[in-house]
Amino acid sequence: MDFLGIFNSSVSFILAPTTMAYALATLGLALHFGFGGLLNMGMAGFMALGAYGYAIGILTFGLPWYFAAFVGIGASIIFALILGIPTLRLRGDYLAIVTIAAAEIVRLLLLSSAFGGITGSADGLSGFNGPGGTITNPTVGAGGFNDSNPIPPGEYGFGPFLDNERTWYLRIVGIIILTLAIYLVWRLVNSPWGRVIKGIREDEDAVRSLGKNVFAYKMQALIIGGVLGALGGLMLAFSTNVNSSVYVTSLTFFLWTALLLGGAATVFGPLAGSIIFWVLQAFLGLLFPALAEAGLMPFTTIQAAQIKYIIVGFALVLLVVFRPQGLFGNKKELTFVK
Amino acid sequence: MRTMSTMRRNASRLASAVGAFVLAFGVLGLASPAQADVVNPEMPFKISGNVQNKGEPIGGVTINLTGGGGYAATVMTDAEGKFTAGVPEKEADYTVTVDESTLPDGVAVIDNPATEFVEANVQTVTVGPGGRAAMNFFIGQGERTTTSMFDQVVQRLISGLNFGLMLALASVGLSLIYGTTGISNFAHAELVTFGAIATFGLVAVMGEGLLWLAIPIALVLSGALGWGMDATLWAPLRRRGMGLVQLMIVSIGLSLGIRYTYQFFIGGKTEQLPGSGAERFNLFGSVSLSVIDIVSMGLSILIIIAFAWWLSASKIGKATRAISDNPSLAASSGIDVDGVVRIVWIIGSVLAGFSGILWAYFRPGIRWDMGGQILLLIFAATTLGGLGTAYGALIGSLIVGILVEGSSLFIPSDLKYVGALVVLIGILLFRPQGILGRKERVG
Repeated sequence: MDFLGIFNSSVSFILAPTTMAYALATLGLALHFGFGGLLNMGMAGFMALGAYGYAIGILTFGLPWYFAAFVGIGASIIFALILGIPTLRLRGDYLAIVTIAAAEIVRLLLLSSAFGGITGSADGLSGFNGPGGTITNPTVGAGGFNDSNPIPPGEYGFGPFLDNERTWYLRIVGIIILTLAIYLVWRLVNSPWGRVIKGIREDEDAVRSLGKNVFAYKMQALIIGGVLGALGGLMLAFSTNVNSSVYVTSLTFFLWTALLLGGAATVFGPLAGSIIFWVLQAFLGLLFPALAEAGLMPFTTIQAAQIKYIIVGFALVLLVVFRPQGLFGNKKELTFVK
Repeated sequence: MRTMSTMRRNASRLASAVGAFVLAFGVLGLASPAQADVVNPEMPFKISGNVQNKGEPIGGVTINLTGGGGYAATVMTDAEGKFTAGVPEKEADYTVTVDESTLPDGVAVIDNPATEFVEANVQTVTVGPGGRAAMNFFIGQGERTTTSMFDQVVQRLISGLNFGLMLALASVGLSLIYGTTGISNFAHAELVTFGAIATFGLVAVMGEGLLWLAIPIALVLSGALGWGMDATLWAPLRRRGMGLVQLMIVSIGLSLGIRYTYQFFIGGKTEQLPGSGAERFNLFGSVSLSVIDIVSMGLSILIIIAFAWWLSASKIGKATRAISDNPSLAASSGIDVDGVVRIVWIIGSVLAGFSGILWAYFRPGIRWDMGGQILLLIFAATTLGGLGTAYGALIGSLIVGILVEGSSLFIPSDLKYVGALVVLIGILLFRPQGILGRKERVG
C-alpha cells in the first residue's frame, strides 16, 4: 500500500480549489445560520447560480470572465431576494424545507432539456475558462480566466503541493477571495450590524421591540451569505466545468457537516471545518479502497469507497448530539436556540 | 424565442406520445452522463438527442446530420436510443434527418404540427451560443397519434391518483411523527427506500413465487427499523430535551448515513421487483392500466381506510391526536406519551415501507436513493395539507400526485416536479398552516 501517496494526496486538499469553494459557501452558511439563525438548506442553489451565472455570462452573453463573475453574483442576489421575501417570516424548520425546495427548483431548471441550449442540460457547460484548462473552447479564445494567469508555465511547490501554474493560479485567486471574505465576515459580525443579527438569532421579538427592522436585517444576512455561496460556486467553475449533478441537496448537507464541524458561530470555523472535511474525505476515500485491495477489508474497492459517505452522515449525527458548538465554537454561543 | 419554441415542441411531443409519461423518473436523482453513440467527439460543439418509440428507446437508428461548410456526419443510436455528434460551428443551423428505413417495421415519425417542417423526420436545429443543442425524435405508431385530449387527461388523472396514494402512505407517517415529536424527519426517505430494498432482499432469498409473503415480512422489518430508531436515537434525544433544529439536522445526518449504507450494499444500479414489467391492458379509448397499478391503488386505499379508522376510533389513535394537539396536556391527562410516540414511529415506518414498495413499481425500479427522489414531494404534500395533521397529509398527497402527473401535459416532463415544489413555496407564502392545519402551529 502506498501510504506516502495517500498522505500526499490527502494533504494537498488543504490548498485545493474545492476546499476553498466549500470554505466560502460554508462561511456564507455561518453568516446565515451561525450568526443570523437562518436555517438555509439551499446553499447548493446559491452555488449553482454563481457557477452557471459565470459560465452562461461567458458562453451566451459573450462577456469577459471578470464581468461574467458578476452575473453569477447578481443571480445569487436576485435568488436571495425572491427566496427571502416570502420565507424569512417563517419559523426555522419551515425555512429549511422552503430553501431546499428552492434549490431543487434551480437545479431542475438547469437540468431540464427545455433550456438545454443555454444550460447544456445534463451535460452541463464547459470550456468557458478559455484555453489552458482541462477542456478548451476555441470560441472563448484569449481573454478567459485561464488567460489571465500571470504565472509563467512550469511546476512549482514541494511535496504534496507540487503543481503547475494553472493550479497555483487557482489557489492564489482562491486564497485572495477567501481572505477578503473572512475579513468581511469578521468585520461584519463584530460591528453593530453583527450584534443586531446575533440578537435576532437569540430572540427576534426582543430585537423588534428595540425598533429594529428584523426583516431587513435577515434579508441583508441572506444576501451577503448567498453571495459568499455564489463565490464558492464561482471558485468551482474557475477550476472545472459546471454540471447540475454537482449542486444537489447532498452538497448542502456536506456544507452543513463542514460548518458544524468547525463551529457554526465562528469566523474561522468554516475554513477549518472545510479543510478537515476534505482532507478526511480524501484520506478515507483513498485509504479504504487501498485496504480493500490489499485484502485487509472484506469489501470490494467500490464498496470501500462508499464508506466515507456513510461516515459523514453518522459523524453529522454525533456532532450535533455531542458537540453542537463544533470543534472551535464557544458553548456560550450555542446557535441551536430552542 | 428559441427556448419558447423548444418548450412548445416539448409540450406537443408529449401530447403526441401518450404512454411516454414514464420517461423522466430519474429526474431528482443524480444525473448520469449520457452514454451515446458518438461521432466527431473532437469537434468543439455538439448536437445530441434521443430516439424513442412510445417511451421505449430505439437503438440502431441511422441519423444523418448536415450543415454549412460541407459538414456531414452519420451516427447510429445506441441501445438507449441516444446519439451525439460533434459539430464544428456554433450559432449555426444543422439539418438532422432520421433515416426512416432503419426504424423498426410499422414505426414512422409523426408529423409535428407545432413546427413548420413538412417532413417531421427532417428537422433543423440551431446550435446556440452555449455550443450545444438537443434534437429528440419521439415516435409513435400510427394509431397512437389519434389519442384525444380527454383520454390523455384521464390517463394522467389515474396515474396521478396512483402516485398520490403512494405519496399519502409516506406522508401520513411523516405528518404523525411531526405532530407527536416535532421532528421534520428527513430520514423518512430512507424508511421509504427500506421497504423496497427489504422486499427485494427477501425475494432474492425466498424466490419470486413468495412475493406475497416477502412483502408482509418486509413491512414487519420496516416497523422494527422504526422502533429501533426511536428506541436507540430519538427517545434518548427527547429525554435530553433537544431543540427542534438540532433534531432536524440529526435526521439529515441519519438520512445521509443510511442512504449511503444502502448504496454500500446494493450499489448504484437499479434493480427490479418481480412483476414490475406487467402487461398493460386497455380500459377504454387509449387509457391503459397494468394489474400492478390496480392492485397498488386498491391496497393503498384499503390501508389508508384502516389507518384512518385506527386514528379516529381506537384508543391509541385518539391518544396520538391528543399528543399532536397538546403534548403536555396529553401527558398530564395520563397518556403515556413515550409509548404512543413509539407506536407512531412503528406505524409511520410500516406505511413508509409500503409506499416504498409501491414506489418501486411505479418508478419502476429500486435504487439506493429512490426515497430521496420523492422526499421533497412528501414534504410538499404534508405541508400543503398542514404539518402534523394526518388527514391533511392525505389530501395534500393526492393534490401533489395529480399535480405532478397532470402538469406534464403542459410543461416538459423533466420539469414536472418543479410544479409541486413551487406549490410548496406558495402554500407557505399564503397559508403556512396548510389546508387543515391551525394557524397557531406556525410560529
